[in-house]
Amino acid sequence: METKNKISGGEILMRSLVEEGVDTIFGYPGGAIMPVFDALFDYDKHLNHILTRHEQGAVHAAQGYARVSGKVGVCLVTSGPAATNAITGISDAMLDSTPLVVITGQVVASLLGTDAFQEIDVVGITQPVTKWSYQIRRAEDVAWAVARAFYIARSGRPGPVVLDFAKNAQVQETNFEYKPCTFIRSYIPVPEMKPEQIELAASLINNAKKPYALVGQGVVLGNAEPELKKFLEKADIPAAWTLLGASAMPTDFRLNKGMLGMHGNVAPNMKTNECDVLIAIGMRFDDRVTGDLNTYAKQAKIIHIDIDAAEINKNVTVDAPILGTTKEVLPALTAKIHTAQHSEWIDSFNEYEEKEFEKVILREVFPTSGELTMGEVIHKVSEATNHSAICVTDVGQNQMMGARYFKFSQTRSLITSGGLGTMGFGLPAAIGAKMGAPDRTVCVFSGDGGFQMTIQELGTIMQEQLGIKMIILNNHFLGMVRQWQEMFFDERYSFTEMLNPDFVTIAKGYRIEGTEIRKREELNDAITDMLKDDKPYLLVVNVEKKGMVYPMIPAGTCVTNILLGD
Amino acid sequence: MEKKLYTITVFSENTVGLLGQITIIFTRRGFNIETLSVSQSALEGIHKFTITLFSDENSVRKVVQQIDKRIDILKAYYNTDDELVYQEIALYKVATDKLLALGSIESWIRDHNTRILEMNENFVVFQKAGHYDETQRFFDELSQTVGVLQFIRSGRVSITKSKVERLSDMLEDIKKYER
Repeated sequence: METKNKISGGEILMRSLVEEGVDTIFGYPGGAIMPVFDALFDYDKHLNHILTRHEQGAVHAAQGYARVSGKVGVCLVTSGPAATNAITGISDAMLDSTPLVVITGQVVASLLGTDAFQEIDVVGITQPVTKWSYQIRRAEDVAWAVARAFYIARSGRPGPVVLDFAKNAQVQETNFEYKPCTFIRSYIPVPEMKPEQIELAASLINNAKKPYALVGQGVVLGNAEPELKKFLEKADIPAAWTLLGASAMPTDFRLNKGMLGMHGNVAPNMKTNECDVLIAIGMRFDDRVTGDLNTYAKQAKIIHIDIDAAEINKNVTVDAPILGTTKEVLPALTAKIHTAQHSEWIDSFNEYEEKEFEKVILREVFPTSGELTMGEVIHKVSEATNHSAICVTDVGQNQMMGARYFKFSQTRSLITSGGLGTMGFGLPAAIGAKMGAPDRTVCVFSGDGGFQMTIQELGTIMQEQLGIKMIILNNHFLGMVRQWQEMFFDERYSFTEMLNPDFVTIAKGYRIEGTEIRKREELNDAITDMLKDDKPYLLVVNVEKKGMVYPMIPAGTCVTNILLGD
Repeated sequence: MEKKLYTITVFSENTVGLLGQITIIFTRRGFNIETLSVSQSALEGIHKFTITLFSDENSVRKVVQQIDKRIDILKAYYNTDDELVYQEIALYKVATDKLLALGSIESWIRDHNTRILEMNENFVVFQKAGHYDETQRFFDELSQTVGVLQFIRSGRVSITKSKVERLSDMLEDIKKYER
C-alpha cells in the first residue's frame, strides 16, 4: 500500500500499526509524543487506545494482553519519565519472553544529547532489557522500523522491542509504503532442527525406564499444547511444569504431575533427582526451578528442547540439545519414540502426592477452623469459575498460592510475572488479559502490598468498565518477605507489617463494587456475589496474618530439600 | 576451571550503539575486557570487533552465545592463541638527549625489530609490532635505560588459522531463510 500524498511520521506509525494487525494500544500521552496522539485521534476506529493511569501499568497491561492472546502487545508513551516508568514492564517482558512493541516519544533530533526537557537516553537504557531497541530520527524510517520491530518482537524467542521516536520525525511528512519484515540477515529466529539431534534424544527416551518431562512456556509460545499431549501420551511420560508453563497441560490431565520449583509440588521436585531421562521442553532451568545446580538431576541424561541457542548449556549441561520450535520438535520426536507404558514409575509419584496432601494441602486448602487461608480462597474461586477462568497474580505468596491451587482447563490461563517477580504486575496485567480475552472470566489475586503498587489502575478499570474480578488476599504483611524473616531472619519482621487503607472504600471512590470478608462462612456467598455479572468487583479477604507457603525449597539448596512446615 | 586469554571475534552490522550492546554483556557478568579493537571488515558494511578476555572457557562460551544472540550481530566466536595469527602494535616516546647519550642504538633496532617513526631535537618515537610480551620487553628495556615519556599499545588484531571462514559460511547459510 502506497500513498500518493505525503503524510506525517505520526500517521505513518498509525498506518503501520494497522498493517501489522494491531487493534489495541495501551498508553499515556505527553509532550514528546503529542503529534502521534494527534494522529491517533483520527484512527480510533482501527486502534482502541486504553489510557492507563501510569506508564508501568500500560506496559504490564500490554504484557497481559500479549500473554493471553498470543499477539504483540503495543504501548505508546512519551519521553523521559514516561520511558523510565516503562522500564520495569519492559524488563519483565524480556525475562518472560513476552512480545511487545513499546513506542516512546523523544525530543527532536537536533536536541539529542543536550539534556533537553524530558530527554533521556532511551536506547542506551533499554538495550540490556530489550530484544531490540532503535531510535527513529526521520519520517522515512518509521514504516521500516515498525515492520522490523514487529518481526523481531514476535519471531523466534519473543521479547520486547523499543522504538524511540524523535518528535521531528513524528511531524515530518513523507510517502507511506508498507513492507512487512520477514528476514534480517544477522538474525536467525528459529534455528534449524537437526535430524541427528532428534535421533539421539529419541534413543535416550526409548531406553528410559523413568523418563520425565519438564514443561516450560516454550510450549505455550509455540502453540504446541496438542503436540505436547501426543508426545507425553505415546511414551507414557509424566510431566511437571514451570511457573510460566502452567496451564500448557490441563490440571486434570493424567500425566500432569504438578508444579516445579521452590514452592512447587513435592513429587515433581523429588522426581527430578530420581528420573533417568529428563526432557526439558521450552524451559530455561531458572534457579527457582533447579536450586543448587551441583546436585540437580545428576543421575539423569538430559534432553533440552529450546528455540534459543544461548539457553543450551547455560545453567545445566545437557546430553542431547534440540534446537527448534516446540511445534516442530515435539511431533518429530513423537514420530521417533516407541509407544511405552511406565505405570510403575508414574505410580511412584503417588506417595509424595499423598504426603503433600496430608502435610500441606489439607491445612491450606481445606481448613475447618482458624482464620481464612489464601489457598482456600483461590481454590473456591477456581471452583466457582469451573476452572476455566484466567488467573492473574501479583507477586509473592498470592502468586505461589495462585499457581499451586488454581486449576486450569485451557492454555494461557495463568498470567504472572515469573522472571522479574514484579510486585504491582497483577492489576494492570489483568486489564490487558481482559482486553485480550474479553469472553473469559479474569480473576486477579493480589496481596495487600502489591495491589497498592499499581492501585491507580482502578481508574483504568472504571473508565473502560472492564469486568475484572479482583481479590486482595490481605494479611496486613508483605507476606513472602515476612515468611523469609520468620524462617531465615529469626522472626525479625523488619518493615513488612502494613497499615492498610479501606480497600473497598477506595474501590467505591472509583465506582467499583466491592466487599470485605474475614470469616469462612462468608466466603462462598462473597464469591457468588463477585461473579454474579460481568462488572468489575473487588473482594477483600482478610486471611491469616502469618500464613506460610509450603512446600519450600530454601534458595540455593538441593531440589529434594523440601520443607513441609511440620 | 582454568583461566586463560581468549580472543572473541564479533562481526556486526554497522549500526549505532553496537559497541554498547556488546560491552554490557561483559559488564553484567563483571568481566573486564583486556583489549578491544574495532574496524571495518573485508566485507563492506560489516564491522569486526576483536576482544580479548582473561577467563575460563565456560564463561567465554556463554558470553559469546549472548553476543551472538543480539539482533545486529552477524557472528561471534572465540579462539585460543594457538588457533590464531595475532598482533599488537606499540608506540614509545623517549627523550632525544637521553637516547643520544647512550651512543649507539643499532642493537635495539635489530634485536627488537623496531622502527623510528619520528625524530626531532626533543623526542624520538619508536614503533614495535608483536605479541604482548615482545612489546612489553622493549618497554621494560627503554624504561630501565632512557625512560619512556609516553607509551601506547593497541588492542589485539587477529586472523584465524582455520580453513573454515565462519562469517562467509554464515552469510551463505542464512540465504536459505530469506523468503
